[in-house]
Amino acid sequence: MKFGILVNEGPYQHQASDTAYQFVKAALDQGHEIVRVFFYHDGVNNGTRLTTPPQDDRNIVNRWSELAKEHELDMVVCVAAAQRRGIVDADEAKRHGKDADNIADGFRISGLGQLIEAGIKADRMMIFGD
Amino acid sequence: MLHTVNKSPYEKNSVDTCLRMAKPGSDVLLIEDAVYAAIAGSKLEDEMRKAGAQLKLYALGPDLKTRGIAEDSLIDGIQVVGYDGFVELAAKNECVQSWL
Repeated sequence: MKFGILVNEGPYQHQASDTAYQFVKAALDQGHEIVRVFFYHDGVNNGTRLTTPPQDDRNIVNRWSELAKEHELDMVVCVAAAQRRGIVDADEAKRHGKDADNIADGFRISGLGQLIEAGIKADRMMIFGD
Repeated sequence: MLHTVNKSPYEKNSVDTCLRMAKPGSDVLLIEDAVYAAIAGSKLEDEMRKAGAQLKLYALGPDLKTRGIAEDSLIDGIQVVGYDGFVELAAKNECVQSWL
């Protein structure tokens, strides 16, 4: 079965990202397909590689990056939500004249059309938020 | 249809709204802070029991454990599932409604 995942909350602020991660892991373990993980609103904060949580805490961002690498997940960050919150890749940094980018491995910045497409392609759309 | 609720019933009324709106025969999974609604002996117990006669109620085990809620302290009839059970419920039902 094909699952689409929407994450609307940032890491360490709300449990939504943790729940979404555990759901995705369990779905993959059962052989399901994850069409896309779309990060929207404060959920875009899951996509910055500059987070440094204490060593005895889970690294939510790295955890997503590692899962994406292992399973070739398509993880998309909403561009408008990202711009507001300072989540930028190299192209966005150049376009807006920023001195650095911070997108984490496995994440890409794109538009809301990617959320709609995931909803069309997936058998189930799972929403995790506040 | 699967309904998931993630709010404590002592903070928001989404558990109550979900139980009132869900059609008989639906699955309702309590996750995150909504697992507090599953505890026996609370002022919610009557409502939960009534709802349980029409709906199938589940609570997410890892979220109970995180909050120190023992599985034997739950209202009768509420089934505890893990993330694997969450996925199975989502796959089994054609629609999923997240009450955020």
